[in-house]
Amino acid sequence: MTPNPTLFNAVAEFISYEADLLDHKEYQDWLSLWSDDGLYIVPIDQNTTDYASHLNFAYDDAEMRELRVKRFMGGESVSSNAMERTIRSVSRFRITATEGDLVEARCAMQLSEVRHDQTIHYSADLEYRLKRQGDSFVLHQKVVRLLNSNAYLRTVAFVF
Amino acid sequence: MTELINSQAIEMSLEERVKEDRVHKSLYSDPEIFEQELDRIFNNTWVWVGHESEVPEVGSYKTATIGRQSVILSRDRKKELHVLVNRCKHRGATVCEGKKGKTRAFTCPYHGWGYALNGELRALPKPEEYEGVIDKKDYPLDKLRHETYNGMVFATFNDQIESLEDFLGGAKKWIDLFMKQGGGYPVKVLGDHRFRFPGNWKIQLENTTDAYHFPIIHKSFISSLDDQTSDIFDFLDGAGYVEDLGNGHSVMVMIPELVNLEDNLDEPIPERFEQLAEALRAEGHEEAEVRKLVRAAHGTGFNLNLYPNVACSMAFFRVLNPVSVGETEIHHVAIGGEGAPEAFNQKRMRLHEHFQGPMGFGTPDDAEAWERVQKGAQSGTDGWILLNRGQANLHTSKDGNVAGAVCSETGMRAAYQQWLRSMTADSKEA
Ligand code: FES
Ligand SMILES: [Fe+2]
Repeated sequence: MTPNPTLFNAVAEFISYEADLLDHKEYQDWLSLWSDDGLYIVPIDQNTTDYASHLNFAYDDAEMRELRVKRFMGGESVSSNAMERTIRSVSRFRITATEGDLVEARCAMQLSEVRHDQTIHYSADLEYRLKRQGDSFVLHQKVVRLLNSNAYLRTVAFVF
Repeated sequence: MTELINSQAIEMSLEERVKEDRVHKSLYSDPEIFEQELDRIFNNTWVWVGHESEVPEVGSYKTATIGRQSVILSRDRKKELHVLVNRCKHRGATVCEGKKGKTRAFTCPYHGWGYALNGELRALPKPEEYEGVIDKKDYPLDKLRHETYNGMVFATFNDQIESLEDFLGGAKKWIDLFMKQGGGYPVKVLGDHRFRFPGNWKIQLENTTDAYHFPIIHKSFISSLDDQTSDIFDFLDGAGYVEDLGNGHSVMVMIPELVNLEDNLDEPIPERFEQLAEALRAEGHEEAEVRKLVRAAHGTGFNLNLYPNVACSMAFFRVLNPVSVGETEIHHVAIGGEGAPEAFNQKRMRLHEHFQGPMGFGTPDDAEAWERVQKGAQSGTDGWILLNRGQANLHTSKDGNVAGAVCSETGMRAAYQQWLRSMTADSKEA
């Protein structure tokens, strides 16, 4: 693919912005990044692309994303209330495909969380499907491929 | 003060720590008790290792854990099942890693001893130096006794104990009812959520028969449901019950209308399942079949707690693996129907994701409470865990068992009495 620094910067900026929203729990703004038929997916299977016919940790359509945010912020969930902060960084961006106004990109994410006085670390590949809208993008799909999805996890009370 | 409490606990016998209506908190935190549990319970009881559908074909295998021991459930060339200790007979390396897969043989990576799917030693690289030393037929992988009931495979290291069916006893009828959620198709494992929490395994064992916690800890889950569905989950004042099924097993019926998934199929289809019904109709299924599948998609209205490590919990299998006295791994195994319409199995998985697993709307809140129970077990002067809820309001069930209200602690009492029997069985014989 021919390098396209303008596109690269726009994508990196969008993904960094999303990461910042999530770390700062600006969930309403995060929800508004999505298209109505967008999917936020955290698969268990490391290789699958047929998410619908596999069991995932999360397979959120618009309704489930809203419910998830409501649960985190609503005060009724004791595990969500125990979530303090996350700090994540995204890097190693790469545009993997473009077609019309669709862009596919991936990057690495390192995320740390403090939970009950312990620091927990997550690494993941993030895969994005974005659709151009003005000078920015609408989120169509975000797949979080956790490094340790095949093993066991502990409570995750935030959005990756 | 702390020392005094600990030394007190050390001097208490197991009988003193397990009363009908309470257990001592050291059961959650004493590493010596944990070691005894691995030996007396996990090495001497029928322990769940898998479901037949997880090893469907010749060469299919999955790994499982019994206490600290890794075992392999495999299907050999004659399609027979085996449960093998995952430990090479040469110098003891595991011969199989990973959750599951398909293979022709288990080859030890260290020096290359090769075992057949039934555990027999077949390949011995550079055999000359073993001539006159060992005979391959004497070195198969260790095998466990195993038996299957309605697709559920259990194994035991103890060749003397009763048959699986005798051990399951009154639980068998509930397993049969549970398996109706294949919707007319054989039940099939669709995947699992694996997570750990820092707490003792028995905290989770109890939880499967604890309806009392549901509206409290799972408030955020209930809030995420439509009104009709949240009414269904409002079962504490309903006609449900908990029944002691013997041998530590119990059933907690939360939604009596969903005990037999083939009853009253002509009732209106709930809003939550309208989309599924439409999808099935669009695929050309007859209305009767649609209703049967939609009802099955619900899952059952009960939790069947099988002592010590598996439960048939509404719509999934809950498997627990003790890791250490203060650490437990849970697998929430999603199930559907083998050959059932894809829309049905997908709906089952989406419902599973909604509640279960480390990112579900239910499990993390349970885990948070369990973690706190474990913390609490290490502190405080009140050293007891109460199990007396509903104790004065018991009745005899239709099957002649002790039963209590849906939110009674009848099932926990059953499990702990069995715990005490298994933990003290040897000393009584001696
Ligand atoms: S340890 Fe397995 S072949 Fe040597
Ligand atoms: Fe629960």
